[in-house]
Amino acid sequence: MSNNTDSVVTNIAAPASAGVALSRGPFAAFRGMRWGDYLGVAPFLLFAVLFLIVPTLYLVLGAFIGRDGAFTLQNIVDLGTPQILNSFWISLRVSAASALLGCIFGLLIALAIIRGKLPSAIRSTVMTFSGVASNFAGIPLAFAFLSTLGRLGLVTAFLKLYFGFDIYRAGFNLLSFWGLTLTYCYFQIPLMILIIAPAIDGLRKEWNEAAATLGASPFQFWRYIGMPVLWPNLLGTLSLLFANAFGAIATAYALTGSSLNIVPILLYAQIRGDVLNNPGLGAALALGMIVITAVANVVYLVIRTRAERWLK
Amino acid sequence: MRRGKLWAWIVFALGTLYFLLPLIATVQFSLSIRRDAITLDAYTNVIQSPVFQQTFGYSIIIAVAAIVVGLLLVVPAAYFVRLRAPQLRPIIEFVTLLPLIIPPIILVFGYIRMYNSSSVLPLTNTSVGTNVLLTLAYVALALPYMYRAVDTGLRTIDVQTLTEAANILGANTLTILLRVIFPNIIVAVLSGAFLTLAIVIGEFTIASLLNRPAFGVYMQNVGANRAFEPAALAVISFVITWGAMGMIQLLARFAPRTAALTD
Repeated sequence: MSNNTDSVVTNIAAPASAGVALSRGPFAAFRGMRWGDYLGVAPFLLFAVLFLIVPTLYLVLGAFIGRDGAFTLQNIVDLGTPQILNSFWISLRVSAASALLGCIFGLLIALAIIRGKLPSAIRSTVMTFSGVASNFAGIPLAFAFLSTLGRLGLVTAFLKLYFGFDIYRAGFNLLSFWGLTLTYCYFQIPLMILIIAPAIDGLRKEWNEAAATLGASPFQFWRYIGMPVLWPNLLGTLSLLFANAFGAIATAYALTGSSLNIVPILLYAQIRGDVLNNPGLGAALALGMIVITAVANVVYLVIRTRAERWLK
Repeated sequence: MRRGKLWAWIVFALGTLYFLLPLIATVQFSLSIRRDAITLDAYTNVIQSPVFQQTFGYSIIIAVAAIVVGLLLVVPAAYFVRLRAPQLRPIIEFVTLLPLIIPPIILVFGYIRMYNSSSVLPLTNTSVGTNVLLTLAYVALALPYMYRAVDTGLRTIDVQTLTEAANILGANTLTILLRVIFPNIIVAVLSGAFLTLAIVIGEFTIASLLNRPAFGVYMQNVGANRAFEPAALAVISFVITWGAMGMIQLLARFAPRTAALTD
């Protein structure tokens, strides 16, 4: 069971008999092969069950089991402590803010490179860079922002030296809500660009021309045609970006240590050392995260299938 | 029309500022470990450190293992789904979406609960077992990207005709997969591999919670204890990510654009 690699080899080898079955007529061959087909897919599905589905379900069930091993809702009720509620509140705010900012600026940049008549070399550079930057999350991103906007960062020092403006004295702190949001935008904006660019491409030139022929101003075009067509995409991507930020931990952890108490960091500390003094509560915390990211993702998937109606 | 152009340039300039400043700052910071001069000392410190070499080597090995296991799982599945079991496609696509929906920290928490010392399959008992678990976790993380890359590769070749031709020539399914299908989608497979590498090389959460000596954990440690070395590490990992992505772009040029297509 556990040895996935071995089973792959045997399973691939198994349908060899299907080749023999082929000579016995189309129907027999089909049936013979079908067996092999499932065997070829089986390791993949087994992996999915053992290392994706069951561990997650196990965790979800764990949220409903008390110390005595019996069913309980106490763990869920216990989520109502000020510390945990506060961490959910910070997480929700950071995710929402970075998703919203990512959406707005990603859309603006995508519109600029596609509709702004910029040279096409800029467009391909931006798209390639977006592919890289959307994967440039985690620890190194935190280091990059510490070198930029940390207390000794380049921009901080530059503003202080040349403009006499101390952003830290003015109330900015990289290790805070806005600092984290600004950092998250570094992968949120590129992700938005990657997802929304095809949708903007789908806005046909003819629609522009038709609207202009009927006397519409550019504002009216965007108000009555462009935005309504893009709207589902925007909402869908917004919820995807939200989920993306909500599950992220490495950047925040490297940036703030445990000083900014977002849900994944609290969960990390709980897994490490049971800081909440209740293993069931850890599972409940995980359940809370799963519910929020799952809802956000499902919203994205549902809206995306709807959005594809206009953009083919 | 001119006005349209102007706003686009302004947006582009602001975006460039936001995205380039952190990179410039990181490079500048990594070079200023000495007060009086610009040196590469931070880089030498990092690269010469035995811990860097060990953790980096470890992460590369785990990444390669994850790529191999991922391919062994994904290529046969994608091949059979495309060739003869399209009714399974919704299930497989749902599975490939799961790693995007389940945050890594949840995944590893589930693993720790399910495969701990008191479970049926106590993988976390031994370091080999934990390495296997880490590898499989990375397979899961990379699954969406790997599957999409392989599936795109399969779409550009005529799987049906190639399989039938090989069958007539007497090849069995293993031979077909290894010697006909695989060489034809090698470009797609390599992009999937590079993407996997870029995703898992600096991964922190899972490795840290499984107590593995991985590169991401080392980076976090350095970040907590040093001032200039983290910037050097950030530059190094940006170069790696950029290199992996650059390879994918480069490979895309060699990808077969046309084939005797059926769809």
